[in-house]
Amino acid sequence: MSAPPDRRRLGAGVWPAVFVVAVLLALWELWARAAASASILFPAPSVVGAVILRQGRNGELFRTTGATLLRLASGFVLGGVPALLLGLAMGFSPRVRAAVDPLVAAAHAIPKIAVLPILMILLGLGEAPKIAVVAAAAFFPLLISTMAGVRQISPLHFEVAHAYGASAPRVFWRVLVPGSLPQILSGVRLAFNAALLITVALEIVAARNGLGATIWLAWQTMRVEELYASLAVTSLLGVGFNGVLALVGRRLVPWHATPEI
Amino acid sequence: MSFQCEHLSKSFALRGGFVQALEDITFRVGEREFVSIVGPSGCGKSTLLKLIAGLLRPSAGSVVLTAASDDERPASALVFQEHGLFPWMTVLENVAFGLEARGVGRAERHERAMAFIASVGLAPFAHAFPHQLSVGMRQRVGIGRAFVTDPRLLLLDEPLGSLDAQTRFLLQEELLKLWTRSRSAVVYVTHDIEEAVLLGDRVLVLTGRPGRIQGEITVPLGRPRKLEYAVDERVSAIKWQIWGMLEEEARRSLALASREPLPAEEGAVP
Ligand SMILES: Nc1ncnc2c1ncn2[C@@H]1O[C@H](COP(=O)(O)OP(=O)(O)O)[C@@H](O)[C@H]1O
Ligand SMILES: [Mg+2]
Repeated sequence: MSAPPDRRRLGAGVWPAVFVVAVLLALWELWARAAASASILFPAPSVVGAVILRQGRNGELFRTTGATLLRLASGFVLGGVPALLLGLAMGFSPRVRAAVDPLVAAAHAIPKIAVLPILMILLGLGEAPKIAVVAAAAFFPLLISTMAGVRQISPLHFEVAHAYGASAPRVFWRVLVPGSLPQILSGVRLAFNAALLITVALEIVAARNGLGATIWLAWQTMRVEELYASLAVTSLLGVGFNGVLALVGRRLVPWHATPEI
Repeated sequence: MSFQCEHLSKSFALRGGFVQALEDITFRVGEREFVSIVGPSGCGKSTLLKLIAGLLRPSAGSVVLTAASDDERPASALVFQEHGLFPWMTVLENVAFGLEARGVGRAERHERAMAFIASVGLAPFAHAFPHQLSVGMRQRVGIGRAFVTDPRLLLLDEPLGSLDAQTRFLLQEELLKLWTRSRSAVVYVTHDIEEAVLLGDRVLVLTGRPGRIQGEITVPLGRPRKLEYAVDERVSAIKWQIWGMLEEEARRSLALASREPLPAEEGAVP
């Protein structure tokens, strides 16, 4: 009874997906081998796999992925932490919300990559403007989810805490944070995906290393299988993080009958 | 301990105007007394308990709770109409929350909460979450959260209102046992006339909105109360008497309801 229900569901849910991906890869492989012309633009998965292995052995894979991850993580933390704090404040206080909401709506609509040139003039050509763009991309989804998370907490729960004389810090840690945690976690997921997307995109336009830069270089030199190798690694990063987050969510939100992530 | 409400009134601002919810409520509750309050729905029963608990400020009048200077117990604890358990806390944490809010250390509050949980037979569910419990179990957890703080005055807002008749009957008995073992005085709000009589030492009958006290009845039954009292003729007589007080009011609100299918004030407030 006390164990969270459906512990096996995650594991059980993985296998159909694995099966579908395996079938698609196998079909692709057969097709690329059968039609030589296709393999120019769509190299066989085995060829792409071999490239990844080679890059892994000579260390290139880790340098490239490391550069991307570093930008991603710095931007994610730099944008995510303020998003969390401001989101809690906006969710809790109608006044803060009224003051900041229009600004958020306006800024959210701007494609983050579009401000990169301005940031490069302001912050120089190094890592700073890139990390700032990633931070902006991570900021908004987490802000909006956190705010929504706080707002859907029933006023009754605040009333109960108040009735029993709970102090403000206790209300924060025992009501506000756990009450909004499911939405915060789905916000983290959205923010990560947005940040990964933007990191690779800006590496394509403005970086010398990282997965995006590798993709662009491979394209310009027509080494299509290397392009696919970097795309595959990018997508594995996404799958890996989302998987980890689903597991963490189960641990952190065991009361949620149907986890949102 | 002594508790009294003096000329208590409450009105709410609503869409430019206001709703008078309670008017001139005066009553007292003695040491270890069990006072039931009945009244038609919307007459301000929940509002009255929130005023007593200090969650709302009276528009007029006052709530006075005095106690000996060495009485460390919290003044009151409220069991909410919709239990209000925290879905993210286990049964144990929920029951212990009132103590946690008062700064009682982890070991002690868990021990006291566990003792309650075991006494109502919920020990196997101590580490379950509210969504894993039946409605009746949840309501007992909500009651437990209030009981374990050992308040001078225990306020219960239709705690058994959402239960089926059988569960309700059993929980009425359980509630009386818990109260007998405790040192608390009780104000018990219900819309069920029989329940008010079977549980209370006295029954206060409120009028429809704005709620005023229209009568007070002392229940001549001994303690401990037994289930058989449900078929006692003294109980029937009192039920009939209370119904007489409420009937006209009930008929009027029914007539009103059929003329105005959606009273504006009712619709506006959850
Ligand atoms: N916060 C509030 N704002 C405005 N009106 C309220 C509020 N709370 C209660 N009321 C009104 O006061 C009256 C009494 O409500 P309540 O105390 O909940 O009644 P009961 O518990 O007896 O059913 C109702 O008409 C209700 O609409
Ligand atoms: Mg009520």
